[in-house]
Amino acid sequence: MADSSVSIKSSAALEAAGTIDIERCRDDFPVLRREVHGKPLAFLDNAASSQMPEPVMRAYTEYHSRYHANVHRGVHLLSQEATEAMEGARETLRGLINARSSKEVIFTSGATDAINLVMQSWGRTNVGEGDEILISTMEHHSNIVPWRMLCDEKGAVLKVIPVSDDGVLDMKAFADMLTDRTRLVGIVHVSNTLGTINPVAEITRIAHQHGVPVLVDGAQAVSHMKVDVQQIDCDFFVTSGHKMYGPTGIGILYGKQELLEKMPPWRGGGDMILSVSFDEVLYNELPYKFEAGTPNISGAIGMGKAAEYIMSVGYNAIHKKEQELLRYATEQLQTIEGLRIIGTAPEKSSVVSFVIDGVHPHDIGTVLDLEGVAVRTGHHCTQPLMDRLGIVATTRASMAMYNRREEIDQLVAGLRKTIEMFR
Amino acid sequence: MNDKLSQLYQQVLLDHNKTPRNYRVLDPADFEALGHNPLCGDKYKIFMNIDENNIVTDVTFIGDGCAISKASASMMTTFVKGKHIDEIEKLFHQFHDMAQGKLDPENDPNDLGRLKIFYGVRNLPARVKCATLCWHTLHAALKGKEKVTTE
Repeated sequence: MADSSVSIKSSAALEAAGTIDIERCRDDFPVLRREVHGKPLAFLDNAASSQMPEPVMRAYTEYHSRYHANVHRGVHLLSQEATEAMEGARETLRGLINARSSKEVIFTSGATDAINLVMQSWGRTNVGEGDEILISTMEHHSNIVPWRMLCDEKGAVLKVIPVSDDGVLDMKAFADMLTDRTRLVGIVHVSNTLGTINPVAEITRIAHQHGVPVLVDGAQAVSHMKVDVQQIDCDFFVTSGHKMYGPTGIGILYGKQELLEKMPPWRGGGDMILSVSFDEVLYNELPYKFEAGTPNISGAIGMGKAAEYIMSVGYNAIHKKEQELLRYATEQLQTIEGLRIIGTAPEKSSVVSFVIDGVHPHDIGTVLDLEGVAVRTGHHCTQPLMDRLGIVATTRASMAMYNRREEIDQLVAGLRKTIEMFR
Repeated sequence: MNDKLSQLYQQVLLDHNKTPRNYRVLDPADFEALGHNPLCGDKYKIFMNIDENNIVTDVTFIGDGCAISKASASMMTTFVKGKHIDEIEKLFHQFHDMAQGKLDPENDPNDLGRLKIFYGVRNLPARVKCATLCWHTLHAALKGKEKVTTE
């Protein structure tokens, strides 16, 4: 896939040719043209949810306007088309993360749902009293709470890998914390709060030396960088559609086939069975064993289209653009007196969290909103990380491939105005 | 300045944020309660003494949070001192309705006086709880609850 081609073609034409010029991709996102509070929108809250490009919306509405039907059931044409589109999306997503087989790609309602699936099915089968689950201080609540619940149920122990003041995982401590009771390592690929990119392949290699499987929470990774689950060699990988330019309410669980085969189904219902009697149920094969009930069909199709869109732009172009934005934002924010960046790991995605002396993040967020700048403020669903860093909240600007330097300038101007008001 | 912005963050609010009044522990206190908004981490403790006629003789607070929550707490303490607890009950409901846009302090009957500067939060649903946190906490203190959360 070409990365960024110099061309006068429209992005739609380029997309048809399999490439999208990153400098033009912004035009594909209609919401970015709107105003808020009479100011042009600077959308810098992409780590919470990224915007959807028109091709994704078209795929979504096309399902509803042309072939809305249930999947894997009907003999009629619409049902066959719906099944083909959804299975096509699964295959696209398999390719995006380089899974060996589409049997390893299970549709869920999102990354949280995928982690809960692993907890309910794999966890409840394989974790017992006195066993240990190892996660990190920088996990999102979605990769803490399910394991806390499991530990409470089983009498297992939740252990936490420390992070340094600048937001880097303590790899030495990690290696020392693996014991013969460790049953799982759950680790975030990219921290939603700090932007820290964790060395997940190295973590997996070390965990595997102890025979411990690894779950990688990739919700913040897939829109920014090429993820290759075979190269990482992780056992589970989860991500969400709406953080990679797709719809909400859809995500995937990747799991190694040999693990998924052994895992019992979690939810029971239609589509996950081969045959049912009142005395006995024969479960369907992978991936359907874990997909009870009518799935989020349009969501799956939309997520598949979002993956195609990302691949059309190309990860090299995305990486280059986002790293430039990160550098520029970091530089510009550092010119503001009393501003401290939270999370200064050497390997970061395009996320900048910060605090400003004497001004609460929620006031910053409100002033910025009224200036047209959308950011996230608060604990970012990482309360234990906030406790570790000794703060209650931050303001977070998170950039996507369609953002521009002008939007960062708008952010910085808004912050200067905020400080002027509050001092 | 942006109209909405200057309406919300009026000078008196910014001043109470910067120099909160009655910002101290009251010991001993007849009533005290902890208010917490876990969404933003705002946390305040409110202390209150009343006399035998149920008139507030002193009310103070400590804690930290955003400018709106802190200014609201500060102004509340100056406003309720010397009032009967039945009046406070009435003010709590009026303040709550105003913050949610159900009461227009300019046109509907009310006793909110200078507290009406918080009318600006009605347009910002995410900030309504910031303004009402201290009132919920005071209300809980009077009702004998020790801890209140606005989540």
